[in-house]
Amino acid sequence: MKLSQLEIGETGIVKEFTDLEMSVKLMEMGCLPGEEVRISRIAPLGDPIAISVSGYQLSLRRFEASTIILQ
Amino acid sequence: MKTNIRVALVGNPNTGKSTLFNILTGLNQKIGNFPGVTVDKKTGFCTLPDGRTAEIIDLPGTYSIYPKSKDESIVFSVLADKSKGMVPDLVVVILDASNLKRNLLLYTQVADLKIPVVVALNMVDVSDKAGIKINIDLFAKKLGVPVVPISARKNTGIDKLKSAIAFANSVPLQQDTIDIESIAPGIIAQIKGEMQVENPYIALQLAHQHETLSYLSAAESDRIEQLEREHSFHSQKAQATETIARYNFINDLLYDTVKKAETAHDETISNKIDKILTHKVFGFVIFFAILLFIFQAIFSWSEYPMSLIENLFIWLQAGAAKILPAGPLSSLIIDGVLAGLSGVLVFIPQIAILFALISILEDTGYMSRVTFMMDKVMRKVGLNGKSVVPLIGGFACAVPSIMSTRTIENWKDRMITIMVTPLVACSARLPVYTLLISLVVPNRNVWWIFNMKGLALTAMYVLSIFSAIIVAFVMKFILKARERGYFIMELPVYRMPRWKNVIFTMYDRSKTFVLQAGKVIIAVSVILWVMKSYGPGDRFAQIDKQYAQPQYTKTMTPDSLSKVIASEKLENSYAGVFGHVIEPVIKPLGFDWKIGIALISSFAAREVFVGTMATIYSVEGDADKMQSVQQKMHEAKNPQTGEPVFTLAVAFSLMMFYAFAMQCASTVAVVYRETKDWRWPAAQFAYMTALAYTASFIVYHWLK
Repeated sequence: MKLSQLEIGETGIVKEFTDLEMSVKLMEMGCLPGEEVRISRIAPLGDPIAISVSGYQLSLRRFEASTIILQ
Repeated sequence: MKTNIRVALVGNPNTGKSTLFNILTGLNQKIGNFPGVTVDKKTGFCTLPDGRTAEIIDLPGTYSIYPKSKDESIVFSVLADKSKGMVPDLVVVILDASNLKRNLLLYTQVADLKIPVVVALNMVDVSDKAGIKINIDLFAKKLGVPVVPISARKNTGIDKLKSAIAFANSVPLQQDTIDIESIAPGIIAQIKGEMQVENPYIALQLAHQHETLSYLSAAESDRIEQLEREHSFHSQKAQATETIARYNFINDLLYDTVKKAETAHDETISNKIDKILTHKVFGFVIFFAILLFIFQAIFSWSEYPMSLIENLFIWLQAGAAKILPAGPLSSLIIDGVLAGLSGVLVFIPQIAILFALISILEDTGYMSRVTFMMDKVMRKVGLNGKSVVPLIGGFACAVPSIMSTRTIENWKDRMITIMVTPLVACSARLPVYTLLISLVVPNRNVWWIFNMKGLALTAMYVLSIFSAIIVAFVMKFILKARERGYFIMELPVYRMPRWKNVIFTMYDRSKTFVLQAGKVIIAVSVILWVMKSYGPGDRFAQIDKQYAQPQYTKTMTPDSLSKVIASEKLENSYAGVFGHVIEPVIKPLGFDWKIGIALISSFAAREVFVGTMATIYSVEGDADKMQSVQQKMHEAKNPQTGEPVFTLAVAFSLMMFYAFAMQCASTVAVVYRETKDWRWPAAQFAYMTALAYTASFIVYHWLK
């Protein structure tokens, strides 16, 4: 399952990434395999989304979220 | 100032780094440039408890030593480039205690560069409240560095931090965080050997960053490239391995030292605020309401202080006219310098209000929500959510806004943002708009609360945003992308604005504006005064001779005679001749040669307009009565028809010209500095002038 498929309030645990370039940037921001992520809100126009990860809020586009595979 | 120790401040964005910097250095700071790059270098001085002086360098906030943007690339260079003697003696890493995990990544990277480190654990008050218990002694012991809990906002723990800086070891004692050599053993060993680099992590970073590091020679960079191929070094894979290893270290560290209260997904205040401010409907309503409020505030709050400043200058000019003997010098001071200065200084209240409100929006964290809400729209038109900040900043001034585009990682997004930012109605246009609007728009209220002048001004601002968006949309199809764009960004928790910070920004920006604009305006005023006071050949002498003839001296009063002479002279002065030369070009826009002079001198800076108008129309004013520019322009009549010069059509046509034309030498310079290619500012100048001419032409003929 991809992170982009979750609804607001749902959680998941990061398993792996499908895109190396994105994964490096996401991991730097604390979003890495084994971390719990939760969709905390969606922008008014449906994209980007905000997730809570590592104790803070991170915003990313739906496309970027679709490169994150959950357990 | 002689300094004994050089200290660099390093930390994530939104950790209170700038607040700490301001507390440590007070107002004793200056902004310069790092050698070779155009990244602002903020330095200041701090007296330590042992009497020594520390030079504090505020490095740009970054999440990692791997740079994602132009600003961030300076961090590694400063910490690793030993050749220029810039390497600090000590690094203070500031960590947000309420968000330790992500903050620690940068710490582990900096620690591995093996420069002595002190950790400032900021916002301990916030983390305490959130139920995060940090065993600071154990934490410090595990890292092997002094850890000082502070609260930069509440100004606590600062003395302890200062003593930690004073008594810090001069050799690095921090524990190793991860096994670096194992990430890329071959290439690290070879770079260490060939380039005389002792530190394995610096060697690894050279392999990653050699293409962008300015301190490496071309030969060195080529050699690293060759080594990368030999050892089949893959930068992104190596970085991924490193980041995972670092977070393993961090997780172990936090497991031992931090206990979190079990409050699972507790609804925080920040979350509640976000529910409203980023709401599907209210989110945009609130955003536009805030923008409208800003424009109304600029207009209504500034009314009283502006009239005070205006009156002060009228009084000064009248006083100077009494004291100084009549002649070219007094005319230069009164009609040139004083008139020009009052044209700038009168706008201090508006600029201060604008900068204060923008800095409040940034400080509270609201600006990043705007970025979040607008990203989808902005992407459609070829921009990026992050372009919103420069565009809104463009309401204040395009120069710092264009510099702030460095946070946009994507080249194409950044270039388009740079190209369209000068279209946004900056504070220098404000004087022009205010003056022209108050000339032709009636001072009435519609729907009780909206002042018509305020609405006209709002319309100009809305127009500027729309034009920026349309131009961006066109450029989206012209420019070719160099790399993929992405939007991975922290949404910081909401905080109360730091009022001291707001006041400091307000003061600092207004001062810069006055000094920079003031210089240009005085220079232009003086040049203009010379050009209008002298004419080619003996034209002035002939005018004097002509009006000395009895048919004039007998039939006209001395007062009206001197007025006629003065306006004849203006028309025949260098400025007048020049104005007449360009008149055919601007006539279709509804402008006469006098406006033409103002238009051309405004290409140095827009705010020159008001001063120029004051200088040109001072000729027609009553000698005994000092008038404001507005009154002078209001009374200006077309000599042929006797109609007022500034009709609705002319005023709005002029506003269109100022809305679109690139009349700002500083912006041209900064665009060149940021793009390193003359073709960018040239293209910008050309398209903006073309737009300005077309828009003015249409508006003039529509309203005429």
